[in-house]
Amino acid sequence: MTLSPSFNKNPALDSWLRFHADGEITVYTGKVEMGQKLTTAFAVIAAEELDVDIGRITINTAETDATPDEGYTAGSNSMEESGTAIRQASALARRLLLDAASSWLDEPVDNLSVSDGVISGRSNEKRVSYGELMDGKRFEHNVSEDVITKSPDDYRLIGKPVAAEGLETLVCGLPYFIQDMELPDMVHARVVRPPNHQARLIDVDEAPVRAMTGVIEVILDGSFLAVAALREEQAVAAAARLKVLANWDESARLDTSVDIFEQLKSNDRRSLPVVEGIPQDGPVPEARPPASAARTLSATYLRPYHMHASIGPSAAMARSDDEGLEVWTHAQGVYPLRRALAGALDLAEDFIHVTHVPGSGCYGHNGADDVTLDAVLVARAVTGRPVLLKWERDDEHAWEPYGTAMRIEMQASVDEDGQVIHWCHDTFSDTHTARPGDQGEHSRLLAAWHRATPQTPPPKQPSKVHHMGIHRNSEPLYDFGETRIVKHLVDDLPLRVSTMRALGAYANIFALESFIDELAAAEGSDALNFRLAHLSDPRARDVLEAAAAAANWQGGPVTPGRGQGLAFARYKNQKCYAAVAMDVAVDDAGNIKLERATIAADAGQIVDRQGLGNQLEGGLIQSASWTLKEQVTWDSGGITSRDWESYPIIKFDEVPEIETVLIDRPDQPFLGAGEATQGPTAAAIANAVYNAVGIRLRQIPFTPENVRKAAMSG
Amino acid sequence: MAVTLDINGRERTLEVDPATPLIYVLRNDLGLKGAKLGCGLEQCGACLVLVDGVKEFTCNTPAGAFEGRKIVTIEGIGTPDDLDPVQQAFISERAAQCGYCTTGMIVAAKALLANNPDPDTSEIREALADNLCRCGSHAAIIKAVQRAAEVLRT
Repeated sequence: MTLSPSFNKNPALDSWLRFHADGEITVYTGKVEMGQKLTTAFAVIAAEELDVDIGRITINTAETDATPDEGYTAGSNSMEESGTAIRQASALARRLLLDAASSWLDEPVDNLSVSDGVISGRSNEKRVSYGELMDGKRFEHNVSEDVITKSPDDYRLIGKPVAAEGLETLVCGLPYFIQDMELPDMVHARVVRPPNHQARLIDVDEAPVRAMTGVIEVILDGSFLAVAALREEQAVAAAARLKVLANWDESARLDTSVDIFEQLKSNDRRSLPVVEGIPQDGPVPEARPPASAARTLSATYLRPYHMHASIGPSAAMARSDDEGLEVWTHAQGVYPLRRALAGALDLAEDFIHVTHVPGSGCYGHNGADDVTLDAVLVARAVTGRPVLLKWERDDEHAWEPYGTAMRIEMQASVDEDGQVIHWCHDTFSDTHTARPGDQGEHSRLLAAWHRATPQTPPPKQPSKVHHMGIHRNSEPLYDFGETRIVKHLVDDLPLRVSTMRALGAYANIFALESFIDELAAAEGSDALNFRLAHLSDPRARDVLEAAAAAANWQGGPVTPGRGQGLAFARYKNQKCYAAVAMDVAVDDAGNIKLERATIAADAGQIVDRQGLGNQLEGGLIQSASWTLKEQVTWDSGGITSRDWESYPIIKFDEVPEIETVLIDRPDQPFLGAGEATQGPTAAAIANAVYNAVGIRLRQIPFTPENVRKAAMSG
Repeated sequence: MAVTLDINGRERTLEVDPATPLIYVLRNDLGLKGAKLGCGLEQCGACLVLVDGVKEFTCNTPAGAFEGRKIVTIEGIGTPDDLDPVQQAFISERAAQCGYCTTGMIVAAKALLANNPDPDTSEIREALADNLCRCGSHAAIIKAVQRAAEVLRT
């Protein structure tokens, strides 16, 4: 059996499972819970393999020195990495426990059965529980490839309805989030950021702020400015006063003379051909149509900067003294953050203890890591006292790292029979991977750039990992004859960027799946049939056909002003298969109304059906928001998207009815699904709008203004 | 300085500046963490509570302005041992992903159902117009409000 890659760093069975004398079982994961309900799925998996009641399982999520180091919770990898590790560790633990029980009960292992953690044999009445067998002992055993997991035929729990972990806490508003944390003697803090990334502090008169009621400390370190106070509203008021009193050098301006989508083409860049999903060193081939081409089409697709825009601004707790530095964070990787903090503060890693506490949903690298360093810098100024530092809405909108703007140029040639024989996909983009970690003398934490002795971010390098970042899902899953895929990492772009849900896949799939419809239309083919004619993967065909059937696919136009669109992708070409059908109505002013959405997905074996459906539907709605409404704006003075009015997101009256069809594959590995629907959703909307009103939308967001612009340009 | 507030059926007198926005008093003086700070701009709905039965933002309005009015927070709507049907419906429909917006959604739903026991989906969408959700749980939330309305009618 192929072992989870998480065992490479953490092979010891004891680092994954602990059996307590009272029958309770703790399962350790290096992944974090952020609303995707992976703790529910992990509890189901462990309870299934161990044959215990799910109520006995407690999941201990990411905490340095306590849980395995599983890097970041990202890329839809948690089910395959941690879920598989927990499954295999649990199966091995069960076998070892049965071995031990065999001598205890004087029965061969084959005669033993387990019911809720109690082992019994056939020949006598003796019983022994997991807790009694372990009695505080450890396994002292590494997980190895001879582990055998349960057959799907024997499942009691997997795929059955299950109550999600923690929902009672959430609906009752009990303390749960890092923003809700309280510790004895705690102080509240706020940070005062410069007007923009280029500005630097000249001076600030701290005295009036220090004199304010409740203010404990003003922290000034280069251009890093923060305040701590006894009460939260006092910290808010003091920060507002500091903002007024601070003098900033704002002479450095952002150059806005060249349009961002032009910059993506004209700036310096590094270009790498991508073969089978992996970027290569070597020359970029020319995009020359083959001699046998009957027709060649080309089109350019644009995606603006998007923001994570969590509903709860980022927050962190920190306490510092001579003994150590303790931090509580909603960052997506506790070990990487510890390495980043150690690098920024020149501390030993083992001086720092990092515990994950849930924050507001974030979908990538938002302000969670940055706010942790902010809190630590304040905590070091008020030694011994815990500091709860929260960003304000403005901090979150203006300072989080965005999902980068992208430009995608497509070209394809078809032969006389309408088959695609040559396919070119060029993606121009800033990086999608700038998460903090061990960056040596550099740092990716915001405050480190502002301190008196500033660090700088490390130089950007094009990732050569399979389907990573810019080139994620640029490789078509279709049988398109010769393909020429190129990633272009573009330098000197204006805004701070990093990972955002689905990375490059969102825009690459938008371009790829829109362009297929353009080709189908040019050939006079039905968009579904055109796809199926180029698609041999049976699971891919199944989700497309299932979505089309459930959506009552009409082949495009429904009535004037209303249309259907279809799109498909397999995330990273190796994870969840998802097809999306969208019904839209478009009015004369260019307003797009999403009337109905249909998802068909195959995420392999289904563990938690409702959780899987929620991930797919949530992905669709968030993508609809990005696609219809969102773009980060700025001028020469900095970011102008600073609240929910200047950066609107989708509202209830804009969300479609959604139907979801799940195809269960009990004999297949389970696959992450949190990023499966984003790309197909964008293309399905564009294709539906084309079918409704004949306007091809190639620039996100599909605001009425951009719809009218597209109508004018034909 | 002090304010006297009627919160979840109990009168509380607190030694705080009446100019303090209510949300800080609820969360930090009373330990009621259910109302969330989201924007401080009355744009997102995470901080909603019921005031005399009507939903109101608490992130920007001074605590003093709530004196003499009946405030019900999510903690006053129901507890794990005594869930309100709206809370139960949110659990049944799994109408929360990260859950940060959830309490505001439930407060808005309570305000709706108090006046309209049988809302159609467009009325539910309208009633939740002030509430933002980033996880895309909207479809499940609408179903939860429908389910709660059904339960409350029977």
